[in-house]
Amino acid sequence: MTQAALAIRGLTKTYGNGVNALQGIDLEVSCGDFFALLGPNGAGKSTTLGIVSSLINKTDGQVSVMGYDLDTQREQAKRNLGVVPQEFNFSVFEKVGDILVTQAGYYGIPARTAAQSAEKYLKALGLWDKRAEQARHLSGGMKRRLMIARALVHEPQLLILDEPTAGVDIELRRGMWQFFTDINREGKTIILTTHYLEEAEALCRNIAIIDKGRILENTSKKSLLAKLQQETYVLEFEGGNERLARLPDPRWTLRENDTVEVVIRKGEGLNAVFQTLEHLGVRVNSIRPKSNRLEELFIHLVGKDAKRDAQGATI
Amino acid sequence: MNGRWIAFETIVIKEIRRFLRIWSQTLLPPAITISLYFVIFGNLIGPRIGEMHGFNYIEFIVPGLIMMSVITNAYANVVSSFFSMKFQHSIEELVVAPVPNHVILSGYIAGGVARGLCVGLIVTLLSLFFTNLHVHNLGVIVSIVILTAILFSLGGFINAMYATKFDDISIVPTFVLTPLTYLGGVFYSIDLLPEFWQNLSLINPILYMVNAFRFGLLGVSDIPLGVAYGMIIGFVVVLYVYALLLLKRGVGIRS
Repeated sequence: MTQAALAIRGLTKTYGNGVNALQGIDLEVSCGDFFALLGPNGAGKSTTLGIVSSLINKTDGQVSVMGYDLDTQREQAKRNLGVVPQEFNFSVFEKVGDILVTQAGYYGIPARTAAQSAEKYLKALGLWDKRAEQARHLSGGMKRRLMIARALVHEPQLLILDEPTAGVDIELRRGMWQFFTDINREGKTIILTTHYLEEAEALCRNIAIIDKGRILENTSKKSLLAKLQQETYVLEFEGGNERLARLPDPRWTLRENDTVEVVIRKGEGLNAVFQTLEHLGVRVNSIRPKSNRLEELFIHLVGKDAKRDAQGATI
Repeated sequence: MNGRWIAFETIVIKEIRRFLRIWSQTLLPPAITISLYFVIFGNLIGPRIGEMHGFNYIEFIVPGLIMMSVITNAYANVVSSFFSMKFQHSIEELVVAPVPNHVILSGYIAGGVARGLCVGLIVTLLSLFFTNLHVHNLGVIVSIVILTAILFSLGGFINAMYATKFDDISIVPTFVLTPLTYLGGVFYSIDLLPEFWQNLSLINPILYMVNAFRFGLLGVSDIPLGVAYGMIIGFVVVLYVYALLLLKRGVGIRS
């Protein structure tokens, strides 16, 4: 059996104001995995990761990192963990290179080794030229990459990425995806939270969905996507606007001139769609999914959970 | 090298680098302020006051002024540095790392002591322009100044743990530390006070530090040396344990 990089048992958190952020969640992430923890705002993602990172005190439950219990073997557990938080949390008056070397020092790494590790990650993340600059002079994207380098400088086995690409332009985001994929291939376990679901779909092998402090799904991406019952496609076409508008099938929706949306049920295939269009004499110029598959499933699952709660409240 | 020692060293170096980087805010102002004290109380007003405990007035106040600068700077260094880390959330860098609480606390204390000693040294050198310094007992001078800097670094640390806004880190220095320092025998001997005020002065911990330090320099003190050491060490132990407890509970740094 593969060792768990992260094992959470019965984790609960009740804040001082009475909010139950976590209601006894269980979660296990295997070594080497690229795992996504998804959920809407206020679902409990950051609380979970905050407890794992020792930034939040838990109310009850157990957490272990690479087999080390966070309560009884705290130092070993922390040594194996790297955290990239959502918000910038470094001293902006420090120099980029100093931030990394200082962080390595907190992990007991001698200055020379720390400097070598800092060089490795600053180069890998395109920040080497900025090493002597104060962090406040960096752009938003550079600050994000600095936090990634800082989280890796002590070579942790488990890396937590809490919305690492928030506010980053698409080109840079793709570069960061490649970097994460590379370090995951090299053996680092990664746990990612993100609101960009295409990011989770592109990078992760296993996914957990959390909402209102409970885990709704925890399975492989493949199994999760298999639960998707229908997908919506957007087609751009030439000619046949009037004929398409008169189609009685409610799955077809004419959005604007020369653009139509069609809902395809699971197992249905796209052949029938093209046959219909051919029959109407419409020429298709392009086809694309309306939204990413994980996004559709996410909305479906979280929406179902909200509906169940509403019914419970009524009863 | 031991990992904990490296972590301690890292915190200390970071702290020293911080106050040296902003020397115009940390090292220069106390030098100017204390020089003004020397000029006004030592050269202008001092000769009219006459002698105190057998010494010129400026000789009498120099130990108190050195101690005052050590106290305020040790406190200010820790309270501002630790609170700034909380404010910028960079304290999370330390919280996620495997640094034991006693190492964090010791690192910040050492940073506060370093600034306190730095400023103390600057003030001592400046005082040589105004008077001759006696050294009655070097061991007492060094031990008292270090213990005092430790004590007020601890005070600054506790203040920073509880502080939630910048106002909170200036309340204690303004309304507690400054009055206690001025009334702690820096500028006068408590022998000059009526009996009631003499007895009231004895509850001021700064009185013990100033007098013990003055004993180290001049060989005169209003307070027995043993009592002064006992008081200072006692306060250090109590505040150290309390600060560790706050760190363990994560007061102000963990939800």
